[in-house]
Amino acid sequence: MSTAMLSTELDRTTRPLRRTGILARILRNPMGTASLIVLTLIVLAAILAPLITVNPPGRADIGMVNAPPFTDGYLLGGDNAGRDVLSRLVFGAQLTLLGALSTVIVSLLLGVTLGLIGGYYRGRFDAVAGWVCDLLLILPSKIVLVAMFAVIGPNTMLTMAVLGVMVAPSFYRLVRNLVIAVRKELYIDAAQVSGLSDARIIGRHVLFAVRAPIVVHTSMIAGLAIILQAGLEFLGLGDPDSPTWGGMLQDAFTSIYSDPLLMVWPGIAIGVTVGAFILLGNVVRDSFDAPAAVRPRRRAVAAGSDAVTAPEGSICHVSGLTIGYAQASGDDKVVVDGVGFDVQRGRVLGLVGESGSGKTQTSLAILGLLPKGGAVLGGGISFEGKDLLAPGAARALRGRRIAYIPQEPMSNLDPNFTIGHQLIEPLRAAKGLSRTEAREAASALLERVGIPDVERVLRSYPHQISGGMAQRVLIAGAVSCDPDLIIADEPTTALDVTVQAEILDLLRGLQRERGMSMVLVTHDFGVVADLCDDVVVMRDGRVIERGTAEEIFGDPQQEYTRTLLASTLDGTPARSVLDKKGAQS
Amino acid sequence: MTESLLDVSDVKVAFPVAGWRRPPVEILHGVSLSVAPGRTVGLVGESGSGKSTLGRAVLGLAPVTAGTIRFQGREIQDLSKAERRPLAADLQVVFQDPYSSLNPAMSIGAILAEPLRARGIAADEAIARIHDLLDAVGMPSGSARRSPREFSGGQRQRIAIARAIALEPRLIVCDEPTSALDLSTQARVLDLLVELQERTGVSYLFISHNLAVVRRMCHDVAVMYRGEIVEYGEGDRVTSDPQHPYTRSLLMAAPVPDPARQSARRGERQRLRAETAA
Repeated sequence: MSTAMLSTELDRTTRPLRRTGILARILRNPMGTASLIVLTLIVLAAILAPLITVNPPGRADIGMVNAPPFTDGYLLGGDNAGRDVLSRLVFGAQLTLLGALSTVIVSLLLGVTLGLIGGYYRGRFDAVAGWVCDLLLILPSKIVLVAMFAVIGPNTMLTMAVLGVMVAPSFYRLVRNLVIAVRKELYIDAAQVSGLSDARIIGRHVLFAVRAPIVVHTSMIAGLAIILQAGLEFLGLGDPDSPTWGGMLQDAFTSIYSDPLLMVWPGIAIGVTVGAFILLGNVVRDSFDAPAAVRPRRRAVAAGSDAVTAPEGSICHVSGLTIGYAQASGDDKVVVDGVGFDVQRGRVLGLVGESGSGKTQTSLAILGLLPKGGAVLGGGISFEGKDLLAPGAARALRGRRIAYIPQEPMSNLDPNFTIGHQLIEPLRAAKGLSRTEAREAASALLERVGIPDVERVLRSYPHQISGGMAQRVLIAGAVSCDPDLIIADEPTTALDVTVQAEILDLLRGLQRERGMSMVLVTHDFGVVADLCDDVVVMRDGRVIERGTAEEIFGDPQQEYTRTLLASTLDGTPARSVLDKKGAQS
Repeated sequence: MTESLLDVSDVKVAFPVAGWRRPPVEILHGVSLSVAPGRTVGLVGESGSGKSTLGRAVLGLAPVTAGTIRFQGREIQDLSKAERRPLAADLQVVFQDPYSSLNPAMSIGAILAEPLRARGIAADEAIARIHDLLDAVGMPSGSARRSPREFSGGQRQRIAIARAIALEPRLIVCDEPTSALDLSTQARVLDLLVELQERTGVSYLFISHNLAVVRRMCHDVAVMYRGEIVEYGEGDRVTSDPQHPYTRSLLMAAPVPDPARQSARRGERQRLRAETAA
């Protein structure tokens, strides 16, 4: 293999992945196609202006003064000096686009470069740059540019470059904030440890991650630049030697009574160009976000038919449950496939499986809280004989008879309200208690879940308490309505092991003293052994094995269950012992 | 006892706090440990104990305010970024989160090529190395052209390990490398790490909150609590017969996958707690 071939091969193996078809996605959006076509036409017209116009823009023909459109080859008529309006429009595009380009280039160079540095290194540079940005942002750019005219005279490119400096802070702010977020990604740390230089990390990892918002913002800035430029020219601060859209507006304004139509043409040109830039920016942003097209959720029809067959002692009966997610392709991706089990009254059922086993989806279906795009495609769920899949059924029982304890306690508390508020309001709504009664009930609950300083916690906001405390609060909230069934989705996964032990104790205590049933979703067999009476083992959306905890742990029937149990590292010999033995033999 | 590869001696780490004239917050209050070649030293503790901070301090990602970190006999705690760069060949990292530790915009091949190219390794050698690396971590060599998002958590962690071993380092800091993985995947990734160690003699500073994982992986274990090492010793002893009350509470709190034994352990833990409370 030659070196050239090798380096192309390496290139192919190692080049950064391109987002496939970003352009295709823009073109698929009709607004994207339209704005791209408009902008392309304007750019082409500006470049080919001398070829496509019949009359030179500056030639004044006394006979054509204020001529109506379609007069003697003057397609849009003549202006108040007898010049070809169309020709002036096309030539005016040149300076307009060049001016916008000047603004965009200057602001990109300044804002993006400094933003990358400021966001990556922070520190003093960022602080000083922040002050400079504040200063620039409070200067009214239009007034500054008007004042500048007195110094530099009619020089469009320079004026627009100054505008570029004035809007650079918006790029700086944007890029800096994005970079600060990207900087926290572990792959940046990994690149540092890999021995990459900062320049390389910024160029390769950081810039690539922030490019999309830069493109979007550039499009907006281009639109803004055109408006400002036209505004200045309208005030008479443009280049008098070349035709400009703003200048045409000014001319038209002076003869607004004799020929009001003259206002229309430059107005349309400015409006369409700016609109196209802004629309393009919007479309580009949408394309980068690219939410998959998802059809509205469908409901199963046959749901609930076997609700009556729920066996004795079962509080929640799940049979043949199938859950699918609508795909962009139009098919459903089935994540739970024919799952059935019973939650016995007063017992704890463990729903165990690895990620992707469908255990969380099953529990969310019981609550009627499947995420957007997900739907029950078949089977049934009944609670005390009532069909939970009937419209509104789950909502009516949720928070009253069926409660939920989530995995991430912090993200399930609203940071804007105190703990007290978040406990008391649902109590008042669900049970119709007065404010004082509800407050007393909330205090008693918090005391029960083992919170030491109840009054202080009631007044606290979520960020002021620890994760373990937050989970206790959520448990208090869950049991506040005296539910018959609690669905707990990995309630201790986010907690430290010592806190986990306490939370498990609490759950067990509450479950026993209130005789509640519980579905505990978990991947941890230790947690199952600690808390569960019955176990359902799931894999790839199906039930692999079910039985009492004693059966599953003592005598697992399925190979998969045995593999899982063997993976728990329980009883594995210590590495230090193993290696010593190895050394001796 | 062989000469140690990494020597951490009385290291303190403090982070500056936002706000004028606020004193920095000290996370590590003087921590010492050493790692010998070919050995694994475990750092175990709960969130906030400072175990990850110690790992990051060794990697130069956290500010060391006092004490020394010696690597291969050389003090590295005060090196600048540029001075540190050559260390990349010998000191590497595997992070906890395999989703955030691989740049989603780059192909697997580009991710693996990066450390190689940064060392100035030629193109043909780099390609061969990438294939070897993928092979070493049990990934098909066709993975090089695919993007991280096409792989599961366990596979991503394998790729992160491949990146870490690309330059044949002497020490890898493993920061909770299996905490984000499923049980069966965790077992396979741990096996891979042990196998790599036996083959190449690399040392690990293995950070985890899970005593069972640490027991499986580590020759020696340091237990951290609130920025200090409260217990240090041989892996088997620390994880089965801990001396310090905190380590004991950690051991007691970890549930065992056996209802009868777990019930006994729970009883003992509750008795222990009642005793301490009394």
